[in-house]
Amino acid sequence: MNIESQDFYTQAILSMSALVGLTSFLMLGQGRLLRLIFVFALQGLLLTLTTGLCAYSLDNPHLYISAVLTFSLKVIFIPWMLQKQVLEMNMHRDVEALKNNTSVMLGGASLMVFSYYVLQPIIHTSSMIMLNALAVSLSVVLLGLLLMISHRQAVAHVVGFMSIENGLFFAAIVSTNGMPMVVELGVAFDVLVAAVLFGIFFLHIRTSIDSLDVDLMNKLHEVDK
Amino acid sequence: MNWLMAIIQTALFVALAPLLMGFLKFCKCLLQNRSAPSFLQPYRDLLKLTRKQPVISEDASWLFCVAPYIIFSAMILAASVVPFIAIDLPTSAEADVIVLVGFFAFARFFLALAGLDIGTAFGGMGSSREMTISSLAEPAMLMAVFTLTMTASTTNLSGAIEHVIQEGLILRPSFVFALFALILVAIAETGRIPVDNPTTHLELTMIHEAMILEYSGRHLALIEWASALKLMLYGVLISNIFFPWGIAESFTLSALGYGFLAISSKLIVLCIFLAFAETAVAKMRLFRVQEYLGFAYLLGVLGMLSHIILESTR
Amino acid sequence: MILFLAYSAVIFSFASGSIALVHLFKPEVNKQWVFWLLGLSGLAAIIAGVGGLITSQIYLDTLNMGLPWLPWHVHFDSLSALFYLIIGIAVFSISFYAPHYTHVTQKDPQSFAVLSLFTGLFIGGMLLVLLADDAFMFMIAWELMSVASYFLVAFDHENSANRRAAFLYLLMAEVGALFIILAFGVMASFAEDFTFDAMRVSHLSTMWMSVAFILALIGFGMKAGLVPIHVWLPEAHPVAPSHISALMSGVMLKVAIYGLIRFCFDLLPEVHWEWGVVLLVIGTISAVSGILYAMMQQNLKRLLAYSSVENIGIIVMVLGLSMIFLANHYPEFAALGLLAALLHSFNHALFKNLLFLGAGIIHHQTHELNIDMLGGLIKRMPKTSFLFLIGCMSISSLPLFNGFVSEWLAFQTALRVDVLDDGVLRSIIPVSAAALALTAALAAACFVKVFGLIFLGVPRSRHAEKAKEITDKRMLAAPAMLAGLCFFFGIFPSSILHLIDNVAKQLIGSNLPPQSVLSVFSIAPVSAQQASYSPPLVLIGALMAAGVCFWVLHRNLKTSVRIAPTWDCGFGGLTPRMQYTSSAFTMPLRRIFSPAFLIEETIEKTMRNNTETNVAQVRYSLHIQDHSWIHLYQPVEHGVNHVAKQVGRIQTGNIRTYLGYSLATLILLLWVVS
Repeated sequence: MNIESQDFYTQAILSMSALVGLTSFLMLGQGRLLRLIFVFALQGLLLTLTTGLCAYSLDNPHLYISAVLTFSLKVIFIPWMLQKQVLEMNMHRDVEALKNNTSVMLGGASLMVFSYYVLQPIIHTSSMIMLNALAVSLSVVLLGLLLMISHRQAVAHVVGFMSIENGLFFAAIVSTNGMPMVVELGVAFDVLVAAVLFGIFFLHIRTSIDSLDVDLMNKLHEVDK
Repeated sequence: MNWLMAIIQTALFVALAPLLMGFLKFCKCLLQNRSAPSFLQPYRDLLKLTRKQPVISEDASWLFCVAPYIIFSAMILAASVVPFIAIDLPTSAEADVIVLVGFFAFARFFLALAGLDIGTAFGGMGSSREMTISSLAEPAMLMAVFTLTMTASTTNLSGAIEHVIQEGLILRPSFVFALFALILVAIAETGRIPVDNPTTHLELTMIHEAMILEYSGRHLALIEWASALKLMLYGVLISNIFFPWGIAESFTLSALGYGFLAISSKLIVLCIFLAFAETAVAKMRLFRVQEYLGFAYLLGVLGMLSHIILESTR
Repeated sequence: MILFLAYSAVIFSFASGSIALVHLFKPEVNKQWVFWLLGLSGLAAIIAGVGGLITSQIYLDTLNMGLPWLPWHVHFDSLSALFYLIIGIAVFSISFYAPHYTHVTQKDPQSFAVLSLFTGLFIGGMLLVLLADDAFMFMIAWELMSVASYFLVAFDHENSANRRAAFLYLLMAEVGALFIILAFGVMASFAEDFTFDAMRVSHLSTMWMSVAFILALIGFGMKAGLVPIHVWLPEAHPVAPSHISALMSGVMLKVAIYGLIRFCFDLLPEVHWEWGVVLLVIGTISAVSGILYAMMQQNLKRLLAYSSVENIGIIVMVLGLSMIFLANHYPEFAALGLLAALLHSFNHALFKNLLFLGAGIIHHQTHELNIDMLGGLIKRMPKTSFLFLIGCMSISSLPLFNGFVSEWLAFQTALRVDVLDDGVLRSIIPVSAAALALTAALAAACFVKVFGLIFLGVPRSRHAEKAKEITDKRMLAAPAMLAGLCFFFGIFPSSILHLIDNVAKQLIGSNLPPQSVLSVFSIAPVSAQQASYSPPLVLIGALMAAGVCFWVLHRNLKTSVRIAPTWDCGFGGLTPRMQYTSSAFTMPLRRIFSPAFLIEETIEKTMRNNTETNVAQVRYSLHIQDHSWIHLYQPVEHGVNHVAKQVGRIQTGNIRTYLGYSLATLILLLWVVS
């Protein structure tokens, strides 16, 4: 099952999945919020392209709608909203000092390998594209979690959360050739609502503890240490 | 005949290296709203330097005078190994890609020694930094290159490129990673922004310039030319490994001409890209370089793993 | 004939030691005989080694020595022959080097006799280890080697630090020997005999084989200096005389490698890939941490000792690869790995000897081994510096020198990972190949530091300033010969590769892949399409390129070179103290790899007039320690002390208590017997 023997569509999807994985790594190593949001938008763009590619090669027109939705939500609206908030709260000059950046990155790499090993059992039952897409999306999910663990800014947490959603979306697109339209619309709506809710939360956290550093929320701990 | 071709190709490679440097400077000037010098300016500079009387520090030893020749020869050897216009030349069988990395190491070894030879703080600083950066860059580079060589199951560059051409356009995830890794390494190794700034002489930031501070005259010319060669080598490596299309597979005149046009246009595109990147990005602190190269290494490892796990599952 | 030469090498070395003893009592005996015999021993070992490799036969013999019913079995095959060759070259070069070195440093006849006696015994012991074909003889020879070298390490025993180092060495050597005995014990209990022949055909369960393997790995690893059981190495090597440290680092560690190869590839009936992974991981750790520690050292010989840890790590790593391929039924790639490991052993012996002898010359002429106190020696000692440069280039694995060839072969072995099926192996091996690349690059940085700080720049101390080139021709001849060999085997690696290929054939029953090329002009270990390297052509190309550009630039030489003071930025007064030092040079790497070390860095500032800003004097001190001391040895030491204290409680000092113990023992024994 070598890559030479696959058709062009498969190769393209595989490369896309590699790039999506790469953007997850880029986010993991990013200390600046604006750049983090930019890379997130890039990941959204890659998702859009993948969806478009699926739509084109599978001749599945409703995926085009999904692509447009993804584009408008994940490339334009959410990044724009997050960026606006970062600028409003004057956090765009903050650089988060990432501790153990190298070890986090290496941890990310081993998570990626790990997700391949998790999926080893299905290697014989599924096509190559399925295996790889699932592995990459699983690692995007895990990397998103790692991003949330390693970063302290609430905005970064939102981006991490959204990229987890991206991972799931990628798996859905590639392995099922597109979900039913209703589900997709629902998910898109959920993401939109989540983004808006996060925006409101930011405001509240900001007004109550005067920062978006989630470590400061430790103050809310009930038991005094 | 083949040997003659190989020698001509190497000579052409060496002769064109300053032109590439000139073109890069030209692009950067245009992008930065400065009036640009001619493409040929590096040749004029080199000619001027060879005519000047070299001044050598009284503390320098024979090694200081010999080092430029060694560095330049190592780069010429490297240039003879890398397929430039055509593949299957006899010189490319004399050394494979690991030896190529070895040639770079050879040149660097003597450059660093020359930096230490004059006994100034600058020289030591440059050598120390250069060796640090290169020792982090070399594994990343080998990782990226190994991805390619394992795909083609040969470490011979010419053979690997032939393999890529024969397979036709295959989108390999591992190549995407390897390409990015190699670009990052190339930027670090050729001393471009954001790792090093080739135009600066600020003591806190310089790396390459710090080592060669005491060189003058023809010695400096050789070293400048060698670094132009290194830039071109990496450019050709990147463009011919990952986008080998157009390279001459036979030695007919039309194939060679076509190959020359192909590599020129690839290099021009690469130069414009580099000029954009250098204009947009700021130089980073020395101790950020480890993260940068760590990332390059990570990409290399990912490329390797995705080759091993993704692409040739058994 | 070959076997006779092999024996005579041993006998000559013993004779050399005894002549030294005779010389002590009868001074009229010419003491040069000691060195001539040593040279003869080396020569005999070289001829025996080359002969054994060329004929690639197994020579067997039985010697009626030791206990009457336990004759010594002798076995001289290609593997033994290769290591004979390694020892021979080292001993031969030392026989040129030692006369002047010992003459100058050891004035009084007694210490000369001691040094030469134990040198002879040490070399003889090492050679006997290679001949042994039963566990009994092996251990006797092994102990002879260890104990004799203990006396050599403790040679300069007036200094308490040296005594401590020697004791540490003896302790670790003996603990290591204990593990080896246990390993042999496991094998012998299944074979029911001590001869290696019986062990080769014995039937062990996988579990017992693994136990034997682990025991042997610890035992031989202690001698070879694998991390974390390497700590004796950087302590013992600096205190021994230079030619002895050359022997110990260049050769004795190889004998341990020999033992490991003999045990794993020959005695154990089969190999398992899991062992290969163990070797690979340990080798990788040793290689990377060895060179990182080497980089931080200021004492030249200590640095070289750590660099030996690195090289042994590389050898073990490649052995691991070879084992993995062998267990996965790719014997031709296993042969490639074995070839790389053995070639690296050979090469390391050459350049490490060269560097230690060079360090000896530097110490001899400047009485200084601290890198930070040297500098500018290239002008004062041009010949030594040139030879040392060749050593540095070889060890940094630069093309055209021998170190590169073995490293190149190691990479080629690692790149054959594609044939394996197992996912774990497929992801571990490339990562270790990258670690090998990191090691090579760090080694280059390390030896740029060594050469740059010792030989280049401006002298940093009066000793270095007053240094002169060594006058004794023979003392220069030894490193010159080794440097020549380094270059020769860098250009014509096929000459030695052909011979080593025989070893692989004999040991694992397979040569290199059939398409491989080993000609004078080019080597291609797998096939010419896959990878080739032709050092002679590279050399010709380099000479042509350098010649052309030299000719072009010097065609119309109107502009001769002008000598001027170094640019001082217009401030004036450049001093040697402004140069980079060892700790300054390695600062970036120290900072990047800081988790690898235990760093104590203190900066003391003395203020002038009790002000905050007016600094009168700054004192910087840096102390770097191995992790293994704190995390492995100190807990063990505490544990042993604790147990000893508990045991010590029964020592009451009251005579009647002791009588009580005797009574209890007696009763217990009687009970057991009945």
